[in-house]
Parts: sequence; C-alpha cells; structure tokens
Amino acid sequence: MILTTPAPADLDIDVIRQQFPILDRMVQNKPLVYFDNAATTQKPQAVIDTISEYYSKYNANIHRGIHSLAEEATAAYEASRTAVQQFIGAAFPEDIIFTRGTTEGINLVAYTWGRANIRPGDEILISGMEHHSNIVPWQILCEEKKAVLKVIPVLDNGELSMAQFKSLLGPKTKMVAIAHVSNALGTVNPVKHIIEAAHRAGAVVLIDGAQSAVHLDIDVQDMDCDFFAFSGHKLYGPTGIGVLYGKKNILESMPVFHGGGEMIREVTFERTTYNDLPYKFEAGTPNIAGAIALKTAIDFLNNIGKGHIRKHEADLLEYATAELEKIPGLTIVGKARNKVGVISFVIDGFHPQDIGVLLDNQGIAVRTGHHCTQPLMRRFNIPGTVRASFAVYNTLAEVDVLIAGLWKSLKMLS
Amino acid sequence: MIMERNILEIENELVSSFSFLDTWEERYEYIIELGKKLPALEEEFKTEDKKIKGCQSTVWLVASYSEGRVFFKADSDAVIVKGLVSLLIEVLSGQVPDDIINARLDFIDKIGMHAHLAQTRSNGLRAMVAQMKDYARALKVINLNV
Repeated sequence: MILTTPAPADLDIDVIRQQFPILDRMVQNKPLVYFDNAATTQKPQAVIDTISEYYSKYNANIHRGIHSLAEEATAAYEASRTAVQQFIGAAFPEDIIFTRGTTEGINLVAYTWGRANIRPGDEILISGMEHHSNIVPWQILCEEKKAVLKVIPVLDNGELSMAQFKSLLGPKTKMVAIAHVSNALGTVNPVKHIIEAAHRAGAVVLIDGAQSAVHLDIDVQDMDCDFFAFSGHKLYGPTGIGVLYGKKNILESMPVFHGGGEMIREVTFERTTYNDLPYKFEAGTPNIAGAIALKTAIDFLNNIGKGHIRKHEADLLEYATAELEKIPGLTIVGKARNKVGVISFVIDGFHPQDIGVLLDNQGIAVRTGHHCTQPLMRRFNIPGTVRASFAVYNTLAEVDVLIAGLWKSLKMLS
Repeated sequence: MIMERNILEIENELVSSFSFLDTWEERYEYIIELGKKLPALEEEFKTEDKKIKGCQSTVWLVASYSEGRVFFKADSDAVIVKGLVSLLIEVLSGQVPDDIINARLDFIDKIGMHAHLAQTRSNGLRAMVAQMKDYARALKVINLNV
C-alpha cells in the first residue's frame, strides 16, 4: 500500500475534537462515543460552515448564468473538482465526475461502460468481501447481458485468495471490480497487483474506494485503475456528494448515463449532441453545496495529513484489538495483515444486535449486522458482527469506554 | 382458552410493572429475562416462511386460530428481540382478530422501548407488529369464509 506520508510527532486530538460540534452532544444522557465512522464520519465545523455560506452568500445555478453569483458558485464548484483531482492524483480535472456517492459511481460504470462493452459469456470478477453496492449493479448487468459474475474467495483471515484470483482471471474477464478496503473487515486489498494482473488479462478495473479514500493516500495514476469511486460523507464531507474517477479515454468512449440539462451540447427533437467531459455525466443541477463542501473536507484532511491520521487510527486499532481479545469467547473477524480503520467481532453465545442495543444505551455508537455484505457474513457463517470503526477524533479513552460498555452488556445478557 | 383481559388492560399492567423499573439497565434486564423465559419454538416451525423480513436478527413467528381468537408463538436468535416479542405475545396472543388489527400498542412507548419501533431496519419491532396484524387479518378472512 501507499503509506508515504511521514508519521506524526503528536496529533492534538482535543483540538481536532473541538472542530466537531456533534461530539459535544449527549446520547442517552451519556457523552456520545462515535465508532460508526465506516458508515459515515462526523463533519467538522468548517464543512458545515461551507454549506451554510454557500446558501447564505452565493447560491446560484452553475455553468449557466452570467451573473456574479453564478460565476462565484461555478468557480467554487470547479475549484472543488481540481481539489479532488489533486486529492487522488488524477491527470485531468475532467477525469473527475461528481456523483451522489460511491453507489452511483459504480452504477454509472455498470450502466454505461457495462452496457457498451459486456457481451454474452463475458465475465465480471468481484470479490467475496464486496459491499452490496459493488455486487448488485454487476448482477443486474450480467443478467441483462447474459454475462457471468465470478467471485474471488475470501480466506479465513479476511484476505483475498490471490491464488484463486489468478486462476479466475482469464480471457473472458472484461471487468474486475474490487473494494480497496473492506467495510466489514478492514482488509486492505493489494489493488496494485490486482490491477496489473487484470490489465495483463485485458480487463478494465474499478476500485471501490468508499472505505479507502479517507485512510490511504490515493494516487489513481500510480495505481493505474481505470475507475475509482468514493463518497464525500465517509471522509468528513457532506452526504449526497461523491466522485467517480475514470481514465479520460475510457470516459470519452462511454455512452451517457442520465439525460437532461448540463450534459448536452445541442438539443433538437431529431438528435441531441452531448457535452464534453465531465459535464457529459453530470446531468441536471448537481449537489453544488455538497461539492463545494467536499473541498473543505479534503482541505481538512490535507491540513492534518493522512499519514498522521493513519498513525493515530492504527494506534486505536491496535489498542482496541488487544483489549477486545481479553474478552472470553470474542473472535475478531478479519485479521488481515494489512488492515485499516475497522474492527469487526463476534462473541460466542451473544447476538451482535443485543450487544449493539445495550451499547447504544450507554451512548456508544457501533454498527451491528451484516454491514451490507451478506455474502461475506455467510462465508464466515455468522449472522453479522459488531463493528467499531475509527476516525481521527476518536481517543484511546473512548476505546476504554467501549470495552467497559461491552463488559457491562455481556454481564446484563448473561 | 378464553382470555379475560383485553389488550388495553394487559398493556396497562405491563406499563405498571415497568414503572417500578427506574433505570434503563433494569428495564433491559427485565426484557432479557422475558426473552430467556419465552419457550423456544419447535424446530419444525423455524422455517424460511415463518421468518419476519426486515429484522437484523432472525425472528420466527407462528400464528394459529381457535374459537375466534388468534394465538402467537415466536422465537428469535437475539435475546432482547425475543423479550420484546414476548411482550407482544403477552398483549396480542389470544385476542380476537379485530382487536389485534386495531391495537395501538401505546405501551411500547410508555415502557421506554419506542426506539425499537423507530429503528425498523435494525430492530424490526415494527415489522413484528405488522406481521402479527397481517396474520390476524388473514386468519379473520380465512375463517369467515369457512
């Protein structure tokens, strides 16, 4: 993995926490302990202010009006595109398409690239640890095109079987769609190897970056993926805004997705010609406030430095793992050697949901259930897990609260 | 078996017993106890068609009809859910279909368990109530036509 940013001297977590107003609130009369960051992170004040400022000071539709407000809004929107381009190391701003989120990005590729390129008998290769968002769009496509969905198995430790991957990859493989980081296990997949092998086999690769963009340094050109999709709200930005990166030549060759305003060059009733990238894929008025605030979120991340955040989160993960393993009957699901942000576990004789309910009553927010990865849960033969996922504002003291809360929950359930 | 108490009376009794439980810990410990006490459903009933959709945990619900009344049995792999379903059974099992269909079940709110109604996707209490009412409706229609 790309872990280039140097480790920090020391992050002042208190100062960081002060930037997140929600962390002051009480839940069930207890201070909120928020460990559901893989679902969505909380938002720093600067992101909240950006949204409010946009609507208070320069709300206007972009790319159309010639008035000052429209120009200001357009400039801010396009500045965000450039910030995203730099954030993931894309070659051109027009490689960046704003979407509603990762799910829409994957669907866009399945519906446009997929419909244009997938033929009967072709194979689409995903993995056994994919989120439903990176399964269902491909299933729909396979059904329509009489193509075949193939699945790379997951090993007991939560890593992908690279041996199986190599044997599944073949001349019929047209698309390989893989999570960069597993949302349920935290596994960091060796995407660079996967991409290289897939390209040698002639396949196009989509990386689901929903869980990785906030933790890892992303360089799409170095990775050489053809598509990379992620969501703003999982990296301290607003909901409803996300990004699909695509290599320019591939995006240019793809048919359009949604028809409407903005994506056209000229419309007559006989024929419509389409706009250039990236607008070709941005039909309708986009989430302007969300896109602009995504830049604020990226600035927030860049100011602290992903390397610093990664070091802090690794400390939390290591400490939580050690403390959790002291609980009798507890099994950590997903022990990949390369892992970020997420710790998933089950405890013998206790249902994850019971644990989640009792933790919630103690002000502790974790996720329980299948994490939108039902095939993965079936693979491990469990109904679901309890998942704690970390962000920059979490503290070791909060891990202690979680552990104490768990002991208390188990006592109540015994 | 003819129940002598109506739904509202049972609800009121439950609200009254919960009023003696001061803390959330006591309330949940009581529900956990109810969950553990509810007899396990016979394995033959634990089939796919008896499962309630929309629950994070697995809940099986079986309904039967006798002398104008609907009787419920249920089980779950999660003990808090089982405790909650045990409360629903206490309130609704043995009642006439119309009373089940029209039950407002305000007691859930009054005993401090309203969160379980709101979180449809994770807790499924709402799905359980809906399923029980569906059974009551279906059994009413089937038995009217006989």
